[in-house]
Amino acid sequence: MDFQAIIDSLPSYWSAMGVTLKLALIGILLSFIIGIFCSFVIYFKIPILKTIVSVYIELSRNTPLLIQLFFLFYGLPRLGISFSKEACGIIGLAFLGGGYMGEAFRGGLDAVPKAQVESGKVIGLNQLQLARYVIFPQGLTLSVPAIGANCLFLLKETSVFSAIAIMDLTNVTRDLIGMYYLTSEYLLTLVVAYAIILVPMGLLISWIERKVRYGSFGN
Amino acid sequence: MAHSGISLFFEGNNLPRLFQGMLVAGKIAVVSLVIGMALGILLGIIRTSDSKLVRFIFRVYMEIFRVIPLLVLLFVFYYILPEKMNADLDNQTVSVLVFVLWISAEMSDVVRSALISVSVHQIDTGKAIGLNRLQLYQYVLIPQGIPFAVPATLNLVTRVIKTTSLLLMIGVPEMIKVGQQIIENYTIKIPTASLWVYGFIFILYFVLCYLLTRLSKKLEKKWAYENGAEE
Repeated sequence: MDFQAIIDSLPSYWSAMGVTLKLALIGILLSFIIGIFCSFVIYFKIPILKTIVSVYIELSRNTPLLIQLFFLFYGLPRLGISFSKEACGIIGLAFLGGGYMGEAFRGGLDAVPKAQVESGKVIGLNQLQLARYVIFPQGLTLSVPAIGANCLFLLKETSVFSAIAIMDLTNVTRDLIGMYYLTSEYLLTLVVAYAIILVPMGLLISWIERKVRYGSFGN
Repeated sequence: MAHSGISLFFEGNNLPRLFQGMLVAGKIAVVSLVIGMALGILLGIIRTSDSKLVRFIFRVYMEIFRVIPLLVLLFVFYYILPEKMNADLDNQTVSVLVFVLWISAEMSDVVRSALISVSVHQIDTGKAIGLNRLQLYQYVLIPQGIPFAVPATLNLVTRVIKTTSLLLMIGVPEMIKVGQQIIENYTIKIPTASLWVYGFIFILYFVLCYLLTRLSKKLEKKWAYENGAEE
């Protein structure tokens, strides 16, 4: 094992980690917004939009990110619509994640106990107040585990970005291997780099999960 | 317009080639699902063991294969196995190996959650009528755990299908790889080839996974209803 090579490659990994984290963060944030929007549309049963959102959720959840990215990056420019590869990465991740987040929020809203909804109605809340004070606060809390799992999933999916030549952790590793043929060294660094990102994130998510469980009503 | 893009599917043997690519990916998926799920069921049962140490070891196994992105695992095995082990493995064998390890890790968690979801009363009753451990699994835990496990397993199957798209990255001639070759042949003749080919593959993946998702949701609802009716 050539440790000097690993040390020499650390700056490349450091910047690649920045790319991975930056794209993942923006993508996850956008998926969050899209997901909340989707769950609103489905909850309030807004006509037409509801159909569009349902189709979108199924499309994004049932296709691989890689082919979504290829379509965005290689297909769409043929129609005159082109983005930079980073933009493609973010759009792809947000497209994929939005569907997953939407489904997570919807699951949470569905899980709010019927007694809560009935009680809200009894004390005279209208539809909007019911959503604002009863269903959304509780539904979002209930969807936390699914959202946490999705965040981890999306972070891992960023490794696919290397397929459209984004210089993320995975691609930098392939590049270094191509140049120096030190496969074990660079692959080990790659695994460690992902572990550095994913393990603390996993712990943070389970910590948040525990916190909100305390906050939920009646348990 | 001399060439509408769609015509490229009917030229030469483009369409059969795409389906052949699908078959390659499908074969890898099926073989690794069969082996991975069998292994996963075994691991899942082991993970309900009373020994803390055993549970810990298999938990670590599962976490490793769950935390590391699958693409990274594919690279690790694809580059390192032939070099270090002197094993002459082609990329399809490596794919099956990585998929089996990953699927068995995921499956072990599905099985473990299903087994611990079976109500304590059922287990206690089983013990009270004198079932031994093996009989307990055979007559109580496994039959009652299946409704919990099947939707999650189908979900895993769709994930495996979607993940076959990554095989392109280690050069397996699956659908997307074939698609790339077709697009290269047509760059001048049909400039919109990439749009059509990738669009077509997108739809194929969607149809396959959507049907499985629907089935899984249907079964989930059906069993939820049956369980509800029992209580």
